[in-house]
Amino acid sequence: MSRVMPFRDTAANPLKPVRSAPPPVVRLAVAAVLISVVAAVCFGIALRNLYVLTGASNLVVLAVCVVAALAGWIPLLPALRAVTRAKERTSLMRQDRIVEARHTAALGRESASTSLGYAAAVFVLAALLAFAVTNDGAIAQTFLRGSFIAEAWEDVLKAFWVNVRVAIGAEILVLILGLAIAVMRMIPGPAGRPLRILATLYADIFRAIPGIIVLYLVGFGLSLAEVPVFRDLPPIWLAIFALTLTYSAYVAEVYRAGLESIHPSQWAAARSLGLSYPMTLRTVIIPQAIRRVMPPLLNDFIGLQKDTALIGVMGVIDAFTQSRLVASSVFNLSPVTVVAIIFVLATIPQSRFVDRLVERDQARQRAGSS
Amino acid sequence: MTFLQIRDVHKSYGTTPVLNGVSLEVAKHEVVCLIGASGSGKSTLLRCINALETINSGEILVNGDEVTGRGVDLNVLRRNVGMVFQSYNLFPHMSVLKNITLAPTMIGGVPKAAAEERAVELLEKIGLKDKVGAFPDALSGGQQQRVAIARAMAMDPQVLLLDEITAALDPELVGDVLEIIRELARGGLTMLLATHEMGFAREVASQVCFLHQGRILERGTPERIFEDPSEERTQQFLSRVIKAGRL
Repeated sequence: MSRVMPFRDTAANPLKPVRSAPPPVVRLAVAAVLISVVAAVCFGIALRNLYVLTGASNLVVLAVCVVAALAGWIPLLPALRAVTRAKERTSLMRQDRIVEARHTAALGRESASTSLGYAAAVFVLAALLAFAVTNDGAIAQTFLRGSFIAEAWEDVLKAFWVNVRVAIGAEILVLILGLAIAVMRMIPGPAGRPLRILATLYADIFRAIPGIIVLYLVGFGLSLAEVPVFRDLPPIWLAIFALTLTYSAYVAEVYRAGLESIHPSQWAAARSLGLSYPMTLRTVIIPQAIRRVMPPLLNDFIGLQKDTALIGVMGVIDAFTQSRLVASSVFNLSPVTVVAIIFVLATIPQSRFVDRLVERDQARQRAGSS
Repeated sequence: MTFLQIRDVHKSYGTTPVLNGVSLEVAKHEVVCLIGASGSGKSTLLRCINALETINSGEILVNGDEVTGRGVDLNVLRRNVGMVFQSYNLFPHMSVLKNITLAPTMIGGVPKAAAEERAVELLEKIGLKDKVGAFPDALSGGQQQRVAIARAMAMDPQVLLLDEITAALDPELVGDVLEIIRELARGGLTMLLATHEMGFAREVASQVCFLHQGRILERGTPERIFEDPSEERTQQFLSRVIKAGRL
């Protein structure tokens, strides 16, 4: 064996102990104290204005406002802790206890950062409150008048059922048509070429046309031209058809990304067992691709659900149209806010649901036994 | 009797030649080891035999039947020619049982119950009977590779192609996999292996081929290739392998 040169000559170049001084804390701590005080004061003022606006001598409202105002001071606590740490650090440094000083300084900076993060949140809340009560509460009065909300609530919710039906109908069709288009784009060989081009054209065109225009053209055009079958369909079906046309193009792209993300070795493994191209696609590639594209697929579905608010242009009374009817009769936008709230409430659980699905699937594949 | 015949096969990826006229004959029950540096064409040769890659010229005959060129039913060919890959390539969304029974039930025409019975039998042989319902991600690399071998064997192939099947495994897991191959060799299965396990090649091979730059530079019995290689390139390759402690 030849003598191997060491990578580093430890004899000539001994390791020096690292004695880095801890970073200073004082400035950050003081900034945190100042900012959290300012945030709390702003929040307090905004709350006071809100309380004055409600004009109530209601004790409950007062109590809520006071509690909220006190909560606005919470960011000050970690800020004060940071100041204490800063002092400790200085005294430890004076005693040359560097390791402890470093430890204390790190804790202090962490407290100060925490305080700043919470103070920022208080600021945002204060700004929102201030916005809501500007013009003597005109904002709140326009968007959130309780009496109008109560009046519109039932009709709007009933009309929302139309949105739900259109969304579900379109989603089912989109799942099928989107996959068909994605697979069409993958057909190999010269025989598949025309189909590939068609599928590509479809995706390009329907992703380019604004959904509202497709709705308009389908809603009025098909019945105007007396197209057989379509002229006899109720408008809600035409809405489903139009949304399917638009969203299949998006979903086809999502599927395609998923199909292409499956490693070629999966193809090789399946084909080497004698599975044909379509069999491989069906049993090996598509199932894996769909698992993978679930989150972006649901994203597109949430987009689709929101676009059901556009079907009013083809004369279908959906939740949004209904709320506008009420809104124009009372000269107030609170009924429209109701629709917004309903959409939020309908969407959030779906996002959580898919998160759970993805987690469960991963856990199952990791854990093993089925 | 010659079972597998490879005649003057050329293959290139774009302008990069990978196989430059490979010819090889494999008799039934023979175990042929392909050795050589990375990029010498071992894997490509195996993939060509299974028609996962199309060849540019030459011909490949399995059981006297040409399997290259137009009009050949590749799916039938592949049923008879099994393949195991370096990175296992199990189907991650299927249980071990489903991985093994997929091909027999889908294309072998085997009823589900019979296929599952056979799968359990195979799993017992490779010592993984308790993993029947597990998913690939829950298995170690060695276990996955053993399942991959069982999956290929479930189709009762006439020849098995093994593409560096232990190269991605931790050293302590290699033994279990090689033991299965040893068992298959003893059972008389015709096999072609691309491998870096020289000791193993020496032990099981009836024929060793040294590939260099897309050609079979030297071939012979393991004793001759490992102890008395005539080509300078083979000597260089083997001495590097010995230096790395792999022989």
